[in-house]
Amino acid sequence: MAQTILHKANTRGHADHGWLHSYQSFSFAGYYNPQRMNFGALRVLNDDTVDPGMGFGKHPHDNMEIISIPLEGGLEHKDSMNNVAVIKNGDIQAMSAGTGIFHSEYNFDRSSEVKFLQIWIYPNKRNVEPRYDQISLNLEDRHNKLQQVLSPNADDAGVSIHQDAWFHLGKFDKGLSNEYTIKKEGNGVYAFVLNGEVIINGETLSSRDALGIWDTDKFIIEAGTDAEFLLIDVPMKF
Amino acid sequence: MEKTQILVIGRHTEILATVVRLVNNNPDWNATGCLSDEEAIAAFHSQDFKVVLLGGGVDEISEGKLNEYFYTQKPDIKIVQHFGGGSGLLSAEIFEALGR
Repeated sequence: MAQTILHKANTRGHADHGWLHSYQSFSFAGYYNPQRMNFGALRVLNDDTVDPGMGFGKHPHDNMEIISIPLEGGLEHKDSMNNVAVIKNGDIQAMSAGTGIFHSEYNFDRSSEVKFLQIWIYPNKRNVEPRYDQISLNLEDRHNKLQQVLSPNADDAGVSIHQDAWFHLGKFDKGLSNEYTIKKEGNGVYAFVLNGEVIINGETLSSRDALGIWDTDKFIIEAGTDAEFLLIDVPMKF
Repeated sequence: MEKTQILVIGRHTEILATVVRLVNNNPDWNATGCLSDEEAIAAFHSQDFKVVLLGGGVDEISEGKLNEYFYTQKPDIKIVQHFGGGSGLLSAEIFEALGR
């Protein structure tokens, strides 16, 4: 029997730093909720909006798989491995912090906001050599189908990370449904709605709502309206 | 109020300094940072530590050795494998360890 947990959008943590508005699905920085520490290996899902030209100054990370998915605007990345890049809607960035890296992330645009998802996954291997990857995705490949954008395998579709995790993006027209098969025994899926209305396991989810589902090997996802969503398939024990 | 003493162990000098600084942002906490196992074991006796944060670069051999030593010396110590570096996770992990 599938187990589920519903996280409505308005139950997320919220931080307003003036230049940054962050909605946090799990405990992060000043937001601490013991009931919201993680979903399996998924530890952070922040829904961030950054003012023009502003951003996160140079700061360190270690032993974490960090994924950024821009939704609007451009995000400028610089790190201690000498990577300099701008990612925009349609791109995905993955960074394995491993033994330690420093990086900064700024809104590249001086006139409009950048909106992006910041996702942290616990790694399955500690103290790996830090690495950075980004790719541009074909937006048509998620229209009425699921587009794999992340996996554990470097030669598979999307970016890769050090964890048995898979991400899929979907942009479904109203009424379309699709069966999702969980990628690995013991994994669960955290389904996060970007916009529109999605129905999973009889639960209707609106924009920025999320449903965690586990102890099952598959489920049906249906678009109640035109909708976009992200499926995060992660080990529940790690 | 007496501050909660927190021992932070990590191999990366700058990350360790950042984690110590972030822990100390909480007026109720005081962090002591150590780069090596030997330094950490020596420091362990200098304060009544409630939490040990094992940070980046501490390998499994060191982790096993430190866990065994600290738990032997002080069975109620909370030892946390801290992921993420100087990050948004820090406070939540410490609150969890302190059972708040």
